Formats: sequence, C-alpha cells, structure tokens
Amino acid sequence: MSINLGIPAVRTRGEGNLFAHEKFPTAAKRELKNQQLRANLRHATHTIRDKRINVVSELPDWEDLRESGSRIKENVMARLPELLEQFEAAFTARGGVIHWANDATEANAIVTSLIRATGETEVVKVKSMATQEIGLNEHLESLGINAIETDLAELIVQLGHDRPSHILVPAIHKNRTQIRDIFRAEIPNASPDLTDNPKELAATARAYLREKFLNAKVAISGANFGIAETGTLGVVESEGNGRMCLTLPETLITVMGIEKILPRWEDLGVFMQLLPRSSTGERMNPYSSLWTGKNGQDGPQNIHLVMLDNGRTRALADKNGRSALHCIRCSACMNVCPVYERTGGHAYGSTYPGPIGAILSPLLTGITAEENSSLPYASSLCGACFDACPVKINIPEILIDLRAQDVEAQHSVRKAPTEMDVLMKGASWALSSGTRLKFLEKGLPAGRLLAGKDQRISWLPGIAGGWTSSRDIPAPPQSSFRDQWAQREKFQKSQGPQLFQQSQASPKPTGKQGE
Amino acid sequence: MVGAKEDILSRVRVALQGDAPVTDIPRDYRQSGTMNQEQLIDHLTDRLVDYKAEVKVVLATDLQGAIAEFLANARSVVVPHGLDAQWIAGVADADVVTDSSEAPVPVDQLNATDAVLTSSAVSVAESGTIILDGTPTQGRRAISLVPDQHVCVVPASTIVEILPEALPRLQPSHPQTWISGPSATSDIELERVEGVHGPRRLSVIIVEDA
Ligand code: SF4
Repeated sequence: MSINLGIPAVRTRGEGNLFAHEKFPTAAKRELKNQQLRANLRHATHTIRDKRINVVSELPDWEDLRESGSRIKENVMARLPELLEQFEAAFTARGGVIHWANDATEANAIVTSLIRATGETEVVKVKSMATQEIGLNEHLESLGINAIETDLAELIVQLGHDRPSHILVPAIHKNRTQIRDIFRAEIPNASPDLTDNPKELAATARAYLREKFLNAKVAISGANFGIAETGTLGVVESEGNGRMCLTLPETLITVMGIEKILPRWEDLGVFMQLLPRSSTGERMNPYSSLWTGKNGQDGPQNIHLVMLDNGRTRALADKNGRSALHCIRCSACMNVCPVYERTGGHAYGSTYPGPIGAILSPLLTGITAEENSSLPYASSLCGACFDACPVKINIPEILIDLRAQDVEAQHSVRKAPTEMDVLMKGASWALSSGTRLKFLEKGLPAGRLLAGKDQRISWLPGIAGGWTSSRDIPAPPQSSFRDQWAQREKFQKSQGPQLFQQSQASPKPTGKQGE
Repeated sequence: MVGAKEDILSRVRVALQGDAPVTDIPRDYRQSGTMNQEQLIDHLTDRLVDYKAEVKVVLATDLQGAIAEFLANARSVVVPHGLDAQWIAGVADADVVTDSSEAPVPVDQLNATDAVLTSSAVSVAESGTIILDGTPTQGRRAISLVPDQHVCVVPASTIVEILPEALPRLQPSHPQTWISGPSATSDIELERVEGVHGPRRLSVIIVEDA
C-alpha cells in the first residue's frame, strides 16, 4: 500500500470557457462606458431583486430552508465518492449510461462520439451552464454539428453571435429593439414587419423552434440536480423548450458537474423551494422535468449522462473555497451585486459571472491562471451576495482568501520586487519602530505644501496613482497624532493633580438627595 | 474513458482527507401545512390565477360539463388510455384519440391536435404547482406538452399545502412534469410573456367530492 501524503499528484485544472480573455479591470473599464448596457442591467437586476424579496418573505421558514440547503450540500461534498457510486448504480439500473470526464476536452469528445453514433448533424439544446463551461457548442460547430439553443435568451445570444452575460437571463444586456433586429436578420421566414413587442418576438421563436423540436433526434441538456438514492435527474425551466428536448428526441445526452448530486428524494423539498424563489423570484418556475433512466415509450430511448469534473475536484481540495461548489446557479448573488450591476457579465470573462464567478472561476482553474487572478478583486466586499445566497455561501470570505492566495502566488513567481513590495517593506520598516516613524513624520508639512491652496492632493506618482486617479487625498495634518498626544501629556502633567480633581468634582451636587 | 471515473473519485478522496466526520442535517423547515381542504382549494386557485391559468372549482357531478366547456373550441383532443371515459363523454364535436405506451400517437399528429385532457397526481397549493407522474390517468409526457391547450383535472383530495408534503406521494422512478402555470418566458426585458413552447392555455378543474 502506498502512503498518501494528502497532496494530490494531479489536480486537473478546469478548462474551456472558464477564462477571461482579458483581465477584469480592462474589460470592466470598457463595459462601463456602454450606457445602454448599464440601463438594461439596472432595470433587470432591480426587477428580479424586488420579486425575490416578495416571494421569500412569504415563507416563514426561509432561514430554516437555507440552513438545511447549506448543510445538505456540505454533507454531499463530504460523502461525494459514495453518493456518486450510489447515483451511478441507480441510474444504470434504469437503463441509463454514465460516462466520466476529467475535463472539458474529454467531455466534448464523449458528447461528439455519442452524437456521431446517431448519424445526426443537428441537435437541440436546453440551456445548460455545464455545456457552456466546456464550450460544447463551439466544439461541435468545428466538427460540422449544429447545436441549436432553444431557450429564448440563449437563442438570442446564439443568433446575435454574442456571449451570455447572466446565468439565468443570458440576454439581459439586450433590450427588445436589439432583439427584434437580431430576429429579423437571423431567423429564416421572420416577418420583415416584426415589431419589438415581446409577445410577437416570443411567437417568432416558437414558430422557428417548433419545427426543430418535432424533427430532432438528439437533445443535449444540463441538470439542476441528480438524486443519489433514486438515480433521478431534474431540469428546471420556464418556457417548455426543456420539456420538448427532454421528451421528444430518441437520444438524450446530459452533462452534469459531479457536485450537483443530492442525497435523497426528500431533499427536493428543500431545493425546489429555494431555487425558483431565489432565481426568477417566482413561487415555482412554470416547468420542471424529472426523469429516472428510461421509461417505456415515454421519452427518449437512449439516455446518457456525462459526469464532469473540469476543476471541481481542485475546488474541493481548497478547504476554504470548497463551499463554492454548493452553488445551485440561482443567480441571486449577481442580481444584488453593485459591481455586476455596473460592469455586466461579460467583464468577468468566464461562463460564471458576478460574485459566484469571481470565486468559482479561479477555484476551478487555480488562482495562478493569469487571466482569472484579478477576479477576486472584482468586489466591494459589501456582503449582499452572502445575504442573498440560498445555500449561504460566504462569498466575501472566499474572495479574501483567494486574494491572499493570489498575492502569495505572485510573490513566488516574481523575482524582482514590485513597487507594492517596496512600499510594504518601507511601511513595515517605519511602523515597527517609534523613532523611525517620528523621523518620517517630520515630513508632514512638506505634504501640506504639495497639497497647495485647496489642501488636496490629486496626483501621486507610481502605483499610488491608482488611488488618486479616482479620488483626491486631503492634505496631511499640520502635526502627527503622536505629536499631539505628547503635547497633551505634557500639558496634563504641568497642570498636576488639579485637572484630575476638577474633572472628578465637576458635576457639583446642587442639593442633598435622599437625605 | 474507463479510467476517468477512477481518476475523479481518487482526486475526490484525496481532497476530503483529514476532514471532520459529517454531521446530521437539520430539517427545521415546515414538513406539513395547516390548511383545511376549503382553504387549500382557495389557495391553489389564487396561485393558478396569478400564473394566468383558467380555473373552475366544481363538484364531481359537474365535472363532465366543466370539461366540455373548457374544450368547447377544440376540434381534436388527445387523452391518456387510463382516463375515465365518462370525463370526455360530454365533448360532442371533437375527434378524441387515445394515447398509450403500446399505441403512442405520433408527434406530428399531436402537433395537429388542439387539446389534451389529463388528470394529475399531486398539487401544491402554496406554489400553485400541479404534478403529473406518468401514470395511466396522466399518460406520456409528450401528450400534455405538444397540443396548445392542456385541460387538467385536480381531485381536491390530492392537494397539499407545501412541497415537502407532496414528495412522499410521488413515485421517483416515474417521469414527472411539475407545472406551475402555462409556458412562460421573461427573457425579454424581464417582461413575462405566456406561451412559448408548451401549451399556451392551461385550464384547471378542481373537483370536490360530491
Ligand atoms: S452563489 Fe449562491 S446566490 Fe450565487 S448563484 Fe450560487 S447559489 Fe445562487
């Protein structure tokens, strides 16, 4: 037997669409200039936020549900190997076939070979974060397989040759007029008189996709959960496109992250109360489908499931960050995030935007993935995401931990010290000795001179300029706190015990009470 | 990828090494409701109307008439093979076809069918959710999906108040559809539009025992 040292030899790094093409600050700066985007986002996030608060306040046991949800997920992580085995046994017993994928490349290859086996070149798809994460559509397209997104928002994004910007409403950055223009240009047979009325736009999508649904032989989906005790998979949706994909084709291929397991059937009683209320702000989403392997003539005859790691085991190994895997992708955290509201989802680069993206992406890829190292800084640490999260993921705490990991990683990589390192070294030298600090404080009046007449400093050199580029610094005081304190002591000593007595005696009794 | 499973599981085991043993899961959330049947019916009706479904509450003796009224404009109706034949007997002018696992109606024909009539397994008043579980009175999932109108009968005795009460009444191995209002989207500027891909008209009949 080999001795395990607790250090995993290989930690597969998440790949696919988990990376930003550019660092968050660069992307955010550009996105912030887009007035239309900001207006659309503000409207959308505030609408869902208000709805969420209303339906959450209807439940007297909301906090109990959150607590159970959080603890169930903790339990799942702790028992993952056994639950995965249990799920596989139950799913397989009902005629389903399971495939395991270490990373995006393997998952894409499995899905491709399953589609090829059917001889089809066009497949219909239900909205799924996992398939987006692995870049399945792009991969299939490169091999001549057309994957049609059937969720309205995903269709808008796909037809617009765009990227999703929100995990629940991926086209949140587009308004109705922009959507009308996309449909007019891209949907065959769309009426040239199509208006921007949402009803008309939805009807156009319905007509276009109906024909696809009726003829599709293969569908691809994600799953909101897989229940270990029964082998059941579930998809939660609104439009019925999910039901179409899960019911009509002959072959159904589902891609699901290994963390989506729930132990028991009764756990749905927790998660199906938490999820719809937190995501769309509805008491329940219009449609949920549950299937357990194959069932007679009801639904697809070939049922496949791809179990995906893609960095999840790496995140699991990070004991402080592990709870990011509890995420049920409700999107409540992004709807309350002041940073997301202003930058939008594209700035985060990865499939997962907003507060959860800022922790999940670097956890899946490793903080040393250069493009994702700036994500943990994309937060004001206000804590709104933690309050909103239905499974109580402490996002701010994980952000801070990842920032520390980033700083450490940077240090071990770099040889020459940075300006920040020099500054910090200097600060530590000065602050660790009273004499040194005293000496430096003699420079304060020079700062007042620099501040000029208005007593504000609006430009500093080097990295300190990062601070003054967005705000002014008030001029330093005439004397330091330490000087003022010393003065005070001196004064008190010169006044002797008098001062003490005076203050003791000050509220002089004006009469005799109680005698 | 035979090896991938072992790779993944072994990485999971290593990641978990040295952890404290798992603790019990607290379940302090509500496990049962407090409403009587009359309140349950009112509550469910309220929720369904909020979702833009049409609702009738009738006595068992009036069920046939209520069904006929909802199906007044349908030229063709599909029913699952286990449905009580009396339910559809009042619908005079429509072609009625019966679907079963042995003789499934082809999807093109379903697409040309105006309406479907089914029963339901359990309903949750608090969230306005009607659950179909693929048993013979509800049929294959395709029949309640493709036609444009779904007339769904909810026996009052199958209504519960909250979701945790509904789950023990369901068979996990049966394919299930949970329905809360007609098909809808909010993808365009968060404005709710009813009727995208599923039935655009959901007509619910809650039947009280006579
Ligand atoms: S982190 Fe929490 S709030 Fe954010 S998407 Fe995941 S479950 Fe929802």
